[in-house]
Amino acid sequence: MLSIKNLHASIEDKPILRGLDLDVKPGEVHAIMGPNGSGKSTLSYVLAGKEDYEVTDGSATLDGEDLFAMEADERAAAGLFLAFQYPLEIPGVATMTFLKAALNAQRRARGEGDLPTPQFMKLVREKADGLGISTDMLKRGLNVGFSGGEKKRNEILQMALLEPKLCVLDETDSGLDIDALKVVSEGVNALRAKNRSFVVITHYQRLLDHIRPDIVHVMAKGRIVRTGGPELAHELEARGYADYVGEAAA
Amino acid sequence: MNAEVRSIRTAAESALVEAFAAVGPSLPGGADVTERRAAALREIAERGLPTRRVEDWKYFDLRALMREARPLAAPISDAEIEAARALLPLAGFDAARIVFVNGQFCAALSDFDPLPEGASATWLADALGDDGAALLDRGEAPAGNAAVALNAAFVADGIVLRIAPGVAVARPIHVANVQTGAAHAAFGRVAVTAGEGASATIVESHVGSPEGHQTNTHVAVTLADRADVTLVKLQDEGLGTLHLATLTATLGAGAKLSSLALSAGSAAARQQVYLAFRGDRSTAEIRGAGFAGARRLLDTTLVVEHDALGCASREHFKTALDGEARSVFQGKIVVKPGAQKTDGKMMAQALLLSEGAEADAKPELEIFADDVVCGHGATVGALDDELLFYLKSRGIPQKEAEALMVQAFVGEVIETVEHEALRDALTARSERWLIARD
Ligand SMILES: Nc1ncnc2c1ncn2[C@@H]1O[C@H](COP(=O)(O)OP(=O)(O)OP(=O)(O)O)[C@@H](O)[C@H]1O
Ligand SMILES: [Mg+2]
Repeated sequence: MLSIKNLHASIEDKPILRGLDLDVKPGEVHAIMGPNGSGKSTLSYVLAGKEDYEVTDGSATLDGEDLFAMEADERAAAGLFLAFQYPLEIPGVATMTFLKAALNAQRRARGEGDLPTPQFMKLVREKADGLGISTDMLKRGLNVGFSGGEKKRNEILQMALLEPKLCVLDETDSGLDIDALKVVSEGVNALRAKNRSFVVITHYQRLLDHIRPDIVHVMAKGRIVRTGGPELAHELEARGYADYVGEAAA
Repeated sequence: MNAEVRSIRTAAESALVEAFAAVGPSLPGGADVTERRAAALREIAERGLPTRRVEDWKYFDLRALMREARPLAAPISDAEIEAARALLPLAGFDAARIVFVNGQFCAALSDFDPLPEGASATWLADALGDDGAALLDRGEAPAGNAAVALNAAFVADGIVLRIAPGVAVARPIHVANVQTGAAHAAFGRVAVTAGEGASATIVESHVGSPEGHQTNTHVAVTLADRADVTLVKLQDEGLGTLHLATLTATLGAGAKLSSLALSAGSAAARQQVYLAFRGDRSTAEIRGAGFAGARRLLDTTLVVEHDALGCASREHFKTALDGEARSVFQGKIVVKPGAQKTDGKMMAQALLLSEGAEADAKPELEIFADDVVCGHGATVGALDDELLFYLKSRGIPQKEAEALMVQAFVGEVIETVEHEALRDALTARSERWLIARD
């Protein structure tokens, strides 16, 4: 599904990713944990195609397709989805308008026609209900006046609607209360499928109690420094990152 | 006096003088009107068309933009009426429609009889006979304004609308102006008088073929005490047209004027607004949205004069520019001595979609009272890359992402139009611009 080899990326000539390798197979859930500033969000942005970052070496492919040869919107149409750590507010663009534009743009990119509005409305309502997102919120400007938790739920709504192949969740659990964490996790779990993969970036074991990963990675200083099973997350929770920070620096 | 007498006229100035000599005597109105017209033309003949050296016209060099004066439009032919029919704007919008083609009333395309209850109309030519030269007054516009003077000199057709005191006219009245046929000059005047406590919505539209027409309109509104008037304008002239437009407004006490203009067309357009509060506790909302691409020019020049107690004014203008287009906003809030408790806020915002686009804003306050709250601001910026990335990361292509954001930007102003069909039509027009970016 996702194959990253020796990825180096920098921002403003400052290297952030320094030889990162990651291989995610169809249907797998990978968790990435790591200290603040280790480059987790950078990795997600580089994959999604944010222009501020310069890829200086390495490759990333999604089902064999070179991600770096595509624009951000083309990557999305190819099946990549990034749930933002900090979803942005866009006043004046109604959430509903935005969802429709996104879904139809992806359908067009795949050579399908626009979804008729009544069908679209029904689809959104269905998915929004499950996530506790009200009609009023859908009418408001995108994320405008949404609480932190509502913004995160809105990210999951987009993911559910767009049905991507690869979902990268950047700290989707941060800012969520206990109930919202459950709602969001259930939303994610409902999307788990044998040809859909997840990369879940988080600082907390708590999320991984709900979304059970197959593989856990530790990222430090721009590289994956250790890979293990779900038990690795528990170990990190108990011991912190001290070992890895030293190791990667060496 | 700064009325320097120039011995050498430009081709346009000579043509205007000759045209007036030829048609002046046959323009409607009695001797006093003819004298008023002649005086207006003399201002142009003596001073010439304003150049950028005239402060008020610094960004809109009329002498350069009007190298030639187009001939006055000939009487409209059947073929022109048919061509105009195809161009008629706001077709799906239910209103009493009064249509002028090439500056001349066109009964065949109009559909207003009878006018909504409480509204009455007199054709300008008749009114000039009845009311005389006062109808050509400059209203709240400054003395010597070239666009106002040209209009007073040449305007032959137009309409005087009266809204009876106390009547709320629900059905909008739509004055449509269509230019078609060979490049020509067309003048128009709409005078609106709203009686005490009256309310009405007047819609004004301008469309035309791509030839280099020159249009000049003056809309003069007078609001008696507690009158409530909504003005909506769609300027969608052909892309070769030079559009000069003046709105003058005088407000009595407790009155409300709400105005929105969408500027989508023309090669160069200047919208002048001169508004004065003459009665206490009135409010005015003057808004504008504009788009331009290529090498087009949009100028908004506005003076809001607070000359009464406790009046509130809001001016909000937004333009989106592509290519090498340029927008100008010159706005001034004047607070006269004694106009205490004035509340005035003015904002001009421009969004530049290309390297070559340019926006100039000159907001000013001139305050002669001490107990007032006034503010102004101006912003010029590009689209936010972070927001664009967010949209693109959901599969929305660059151009479409930009369109969504520009629509949101101007939507803030367009959405203030309460009439739904009208708001939808203006939104649809902006969506079309976002595809063409012309
Ligand atoms: N726009 C930028 N300009 C300069 N440095 C940046 C920029 N964006 C990120 N960085 C730096 O890159 C490094 C990695 O940041 P990143 O946000 O990827 O970390 P992270 O692992 O997601 O951290 P956290 O756990 O706090 O979310 C940090 O040192 C950060 O300061
Ligand atoms: Mg991060």
